[in-house]
Amino acid sequence: MTVEMLIHNRVELALHTLRPGSGRPLLLLHGLGEQSPSDVPDAVADWAGPVTALDFTGHGASTMPIGGGYTAEILMGDADAAIQHLGEATVVGRGLGAYIALLIAGARAQRVRGAVLADGPGLSGGPSVPTSQPVFSLDRVETTPDPYALAELGRDLRPPDYATAFSRLALQDSDLDQPITVVARFRPAWLRAVAGEPGVGDADSIREGIRAYLD
Amino acid sequence: MPTPTTTPPDYPGARVPDREYRIDAGGVAIALHEWGDADAPPLMLAHGGFDFARTFDTFAPILADAGWRVVSWDHRGHGDSDHAHLYSWDADLRDAAVVFEHVAGRSAVPAIGHSKGGALLLQLVDAQPFRCASLVNIDGIPSKRPIPDVAEHERTKMLTGEVTGWLDHRRRTAGAQRKPGTIDELAKRRGRMNPRHSDDWLRYLVTVGAVESDEGWRWKLDASMRFGGFGPWRPEWALYRLAGLGVPFYGMLVEIEEEMGWGTSPEDVMPYIPEGGRLEILTGVGHFAHIEEPDEVAGRILDFLGAPA
Repeated sequence: MTVEMLIHNRVELALHTLRPGSGRPLLLLHGLGEQSPSDVPDAVADWAGPVTALDFTGHGASTMPIGGGYTAEILMGDADAAIQHLGEATVVGRGLGAYIALLIAGARAQRVRGAVLADGPGLSGGPSVPTSQPVFSLDRVETTPDPYALAELGRDLRPPDYATAFSRLALQDSDLDQPITVVARFRPAWLRAVAGEPGVGDADSIREGIRAYLD
Repeated sequence: MPTPTTTPPDYPGARVPDREYRIDAGGVAIALHEWGDADAPPLMLAHGGFDFARTFDTFAPILADAGWRVVSWDHRGHGDSDHAHLYSWDADLRDAAVVFEHVAGRSAVPAIGHSKGGALLLQLVDAQPFRCASLVNIDGIPSKRPIPDVAEHERTKMLTGEVTGWLDHRRRTAGAQRKPGTIDELAKRRGRMNPRHSDDWLRYLVTVGAVESDEGWRWKLDASMRFGGFGPWRPEWALYRLAGLGVPFYGMLVEIEEEMGWGTSPEDVMPYIPEGGRLEILTGVGHFAHIEEPDEVAGRILDFLGAPA
């Protein structure tokens, strides 16, 4: 495994190459509080090209910011830095990474050649309507994952119509018939809404989900 | 290369804060600026997006002279506060809570917010109602996304532009700095966002909101910040918080719409004004009413607040 550090604004992001190779890369996006795996997971072992994995801001070997301020959109910027580096990629996201995979699939629809949304930590996010959410301060720690990442990204707002806007962007700008495939068994409101949209496929497993993007 | 200008202009009525210092907010230094007697009752003052506390240099002294200890702070990335790794609404709320805690502990104090600062205080009072004794909002009640009534596919295209524009911006911000220039050049640039401000005021703002180097003046605002944006938050959600306020409320909207404003109409807001709350339209002024007419706006607020206590 090799690691390259990418720059996203003031944050250094660790992009791991779990298996080198030629052809379109697979980009793995981990769940909330996780980090990139050190080996190619069995679920994606069939992928023909290189397999890469990104540590989000405040996770794994990436920079731990001072003072929090996480949003899913910032992490979409993390994924964008990886996509820019890789050229194009098929993305597999777990939990929080599934939500980010959806966002980047919509935002960079011509570069993301399929996004597979799978179960994992941080899949639900927070409420989809305004609430009196607590304002809190957390003690600093020296090693990732950043407690602010866990707290802020575990409760970020995910209204279903916001999520479906990104699946529509993906369908609008991608030349794939089904640029997004949902394999998650647990489907919070935002994911149920996405799964019901045109251009969103359904599969029983990550292995089956990436099959559609193997070309 | 621009020629550095070293003589800061004066501006009628502008007064340098009596005390300026920074406090720690979870590792991010937040700059506080105070006008008035240090022992007077606190009155909190929150600035808008892309502004900074010193934009209150003409407004705050009027409130201070009425007997208040006026305390404002630069949001992270703005003015003299630290440039942070990350920016978010929640982070701004957290910083604001740290400032309130520093100034007033767990005591409730009156607060005034302009634009983004007004919306921020609405949420702070909703989340931590014990911090606020009364709330004044100067053209800071978001009520709708400023997108015209367009077809769904057109709306999707507009979102594409917003998202890709933001991501493209993020790709360029590593190590980015604000463009240097003379006082006049920076004033002219800011004038595009503040078209109703006088040239003299804009030049004054440069001297308190920018920093001078060998290359010229640069705005202190973090270059990674970008006007506009997108996200899951809905502007009109502020109205739901407004309806639930449990403290005296005084809202001001302005007659003249500007790019930096929300374009909120009284019809949008009136159904959500809490019982006993007040909403007024300031005629003949734009989004920065407190800068255009500081005496008038401060006078109305002082009347609402009553004697400092």
